[in-house]
Amino acid sequence: MKNSKNLSEPLIRLSKNDAMPPWKAWCVRAGAVVAAFIVCAFIIVILTGYNPIEVYVAMFKGSFGTSGKFWFMLQKTAILLCISLAVTPAFKMRFWNIGAEGQVLVGGLATAACMIYLDDALPTVLLIPVMIAASVLAGIIWALIPAVFKATFNTNETLFTLMMNYVAIQLVSCFVTIWEKPKGSNTVGIINAMSEIGWLPTIFGKKYLLNVIIVIGITIFMYIYLKYSKHGYEISVVGESENTAKYIGINVKKVIMRTMALSGAICGVAGLLIIAGTNHTISSNIVGGQGFTAIMVSWLAKFNPAVMVLTSFILTFLGRGASEIATTFRLNESISEILTGVILFFIIGSEFFINYKINFRTKHIEEDKK
Amino acid sequence: MITLIFGFLRQAIIQGIPLIFGSTGEILTEKSGNLNLGIPGIMYMGGISGVIGAFFYEKYGDVSNVFLCVLIPFLASLAGSALMAFIYSFLTITLRANQNVTGLALTTFGVGVGNFFGGSLSSLFGGSGGTIALNVTGNYFKTTLPFADKLGLFGSTFLSFGFLAYLAIAIALTASLILNRTRIGLNLRAVGESPATADAAGINVTLYKYLATCIGGAIAGLGGLYFVMDYIGGAWTNNGFGDRGWLAIALVIFVIWKPKFSIPGAILFGGLYIIYIYIPEFTGMALARSSQELFNMLPYVVTIIVLCLTSMRKKREQQPPMSLGLSYFREER
Repeated sequence: MKNSKNLSEPLIRLSKNDAMPPWKAWCVRAGAVVAAFIVCAFIIVILTGYNPIEVYVAMFKGSFGTSGKFWFMLQKTAILLCISLAVTPAFKMRFWNIGAEGQVLVGGLATAACMIYLDDALPTVLLIPVMIAASVLAGIIWALIPAVFKATFNTNETLFTLMMNYVAIQLVSCFVTIWEKPKGSNTVGIINAMSEIGWLPTIFGKKYLLNVIIVIGITIFMYIYLKYSKHGYEISVVGESENTAKYIGINVKKVIMRTMALSGAICGVAGLLIIAGTNHTISSNIVGGQGFTAIMVSWLAKFNPAVMVLTSFILTFLGRGASEIATTFRLNESISEILTGVILFFIIGSEFFINYKINFRTKHIEEDKK
Repeated sequence: MITLIFGFLRQAIIQGIPLIFGSTGEILTEKSGNLNLGIPGIMYMGGISGVIGAFFYEKYGDVSNVFLCVLIPFLASLAGSALMAFIYSFLTITLRANQNVTGLALTTFGVGVGNFFGGSLSSLFGGSGGTIALNVTGNYFKTTLPFADKLGLFGSTFLSFGFLAYLAIAIALTASLILNRTRIGLNLRAVGESPATADAAGINVTLYKYLATCIGGAIAGLGGLYFVMDYIGGAWTNNGFGDRGWLAIALVIFVIWKPKFSIPGAILFGGLYIIYIYIPEFTGMALARSSQELFNMLPYVVTIIVLCLTSMRKKREQQPPMSLGLSYFREER
């Protein structure tokens, strides 16, 4: 430390912190959420003058108050979780698939097309497998296009998938005008409202139970696939270092395309669940930005399917709760987006304190300086 | 027919102006290695900040003072969108958060703020509620060059815009000049290509990233201001801005990260955005509503094709900045 007098050491120095135990990391995240809620409380008071505690209580009541609301909440979580699971393998591979919105939409579009055109041609027993095949295929095609270009020409996948979203949105708008019912309304209306052909069946008298069960199945599959299968291993190697993957003989191109096909397939299923299992109609905003929210769900959970159940639930709760308080307190609906945004900023920011250590300038150097 | 073509051109330019602002801002940002997907949110924020500024000035200020009437919304818009970009910068540069996630969160937040205040500004601050109409300010923003009407077709096509339109072109050209002809631009490009190299060469990477992102955000926000004040004329409609923010990001790819190309590019995109209105008039054929939607797809399809072509040709100067989307941490290898 001879030269320390001449050196100007910065007050704060950062270093990587790889060794934070998981429980500590979750404490940091929980702290961030609490801080976010406090900031949101201030925002609520400043903007509206209501007591934030009352608002938060209303939020809980609005989301869980009745069994109907609870099931609605559960169903929303299931769809969001399904899309999040779809994007996860691609993210683990460091393939930034932000085109889930579009992949879900084309999946839904294929489903709706089957429901509309094949309603008389096939018995329901056959129609539903056809719908599943069509939606999965549509999702795969939509995801494979950017993947092929990424694998062969290293085209920027973030921008490519982003653009594919809007192509899908316009495609759906186009078909909405073709299928619109009644004419001139610019909506499709409930498809097969009387016959309920092509609707996913209601089991045990619960409307959304089948959706939830399917998504639980996908969650378990994805957990095992990523953690214990050879494919999952290859995905994480490609994600960590493409060169290493090439060196140990993994066909990187094949892995990219295979993983994106899987990603698109699950997005297609999500489209199926939205159209045939829930809404029974189609419009260009039926996915409602969940393709983007799913990215955050997956990233917040550090690409772990089990944790994703929790994060998708939290984000759905925030969105639902906030729109619920908007109606109770006669606020503008958009306040839910503001609150969600603030909470996301905090959670995103908190990752820093998990991944990095802040080292302050040690005392003796300061004393030396004097 | 000539009047029709010029009329179309004029509309295309009008639609293109917000895109010039948005894409120029995003190019500056991306040149520093930050892929800011929050641009749509920032443009909403730019619009609503201008509206808030104008709302309070019209309420408490002297509306006959043209200069202040324009300046206050203008500064408010710059401040609002720069603040948004600052949030993004802080999270991605200082806290090294993932850029995609941060950008998307920013878009959610910005659109939310825009629609919230747009919908409830007047009821929050002791008005009757309902929609905002800032006609006085809107008219000032729309004021064109006095001799525009006298120059016939040329005047009405190219000179009949408010001052923000010319500002957009000036900013795009200046940005192009700075990026390609000055030391600052060279340093900025170095930061975007390889921050580690730039750092070793003694360039303050953090400062460059912050400034480029914040200035870029402020420029993009002006696109929102133009839309609300000049195009709409001082009123706010929820989600009225539509997907123009994403179109601006698409335009960045389309013009292969070159601000000077974003002027013709934006006018082309603007033309594609509204061409479905003009197709029947040009060709005499009525257009089914379903094919209108397909025409709206064109800008995105064209962008995808450009993206693919540039990546296939692998020309060095047409690639995205090398470190685009990656956070820089000095001690990481």
